[in-house]
Amino acid sequence: MSPGSNYTVEVIVENKPLARDPEGETIHRNLILKGGYAQVTKVRAGKLLRMSVDAASREDARQLVRNLCDELRIYNPAAHVCQVRLVD
Amino acid sequence: MPKVAVVQYPGSNCDLDALEVLQKIVKTRTDLVWHRDLKKDEYDGYVLPGGFSYGDYLRAGAIAATSPSLKTIREAAEKNKPVLGICNGFQILVEAGLLPGAVLRNTGLRFVCKWTRLRVENNKTAFTSLAKKGQTLNIPIAHNEGRYYLDKDGLAQLERNQQIVLRYVDENNQPSEEANPNGSLDNIAGICNPQGNVMGLMPHPERSSIPTFSPNNKAEGRLIFDSMIRTMGAR
Repeated sequence: MSPGSNYTVEVIVENKPLARDPEGETIHRNLILKGGYAQVTKVRAGKLLRMSVDAASREDARQLVRNLCDELRIYNPAAHVCQVRLVD
Repeated sequence: MPKVAVVQYPGSNCDLDALEVLQKIVKTRTDLVWHRDLKKDEYDGYVLPGGFSYGDYLRAGAIAATSPSLKTIREAAEKNKPVLGICNGFQILVEAGLLPGAVLRNTGLRFVCKWTRLRVENNKTAFTSLAKKGQTLNIPIAHNEGRYYLDKDGLAQLERNQQIVLRYVDENNQPSEEANPNGSLDNIAGICNPQGNVMGLMPHPERSSIPTFSPNNKAEGRLIFDSMIRTMGAR
């Protein structure tokens, strides 16, 4: 077995651009804009899953999480987009 | 005599209401079946009740959708047996892929519990065969995630196949914005598969199957169960 190690992989699930996100809209309108941060033009709220993964390499860890997201329907492809990223 | 299973998931909480209505009001043989025990397709019809299966974690219905019971239910659906998903049951059917689309958080970001007026858009399903097209039914909703969503092409396909069964409407029977309690696409309250034997709806017909419980003293939700039983008897 290769040395391998434990990697942290984050999964971000958010609504597709055309599916409205009332939580993000509310945070933007009622908190950020009201608080004087007009430079912020949009907010999308989503869900973050942070996973610790044993794998032989960074790429293996990322690929494993990508596969599980698709296979186990961590997101609903009808309404969501799902992003998988490694955390250093 | 046909026999129905009400499938219970951890976190179901409208299971006993559905059971009570089916047994005592509709007077049909009905069992309450724990989801893990539903290993064989031994029933003539299935009801997936409302509630908060697995605490709505990840997404409403997403975890229950992986229960082995769905394999049995899918088999039954393929044999054209009626499968009815109410509220969380609808979310489970969508997450399991038995029905298209997604059920997202209400646009108002609030749990909405109120009586709604529904218009029957398709009376050629296993659950609306006793209704007239355009007939309205008063049935209450109670949910936080009820906003039906589907992309444009998917919606066009639903329309084409007459899979939109129920829409939220106002007093003039129009699917207006005011009548839409949760931001559902096109005021959709319930849809079915192309064959019409699998239906999911957010409103709770089991809560409007006894006249005393309804503000108008009618039991308009019963029609859904009565239609289902009639379909099973005719099979």
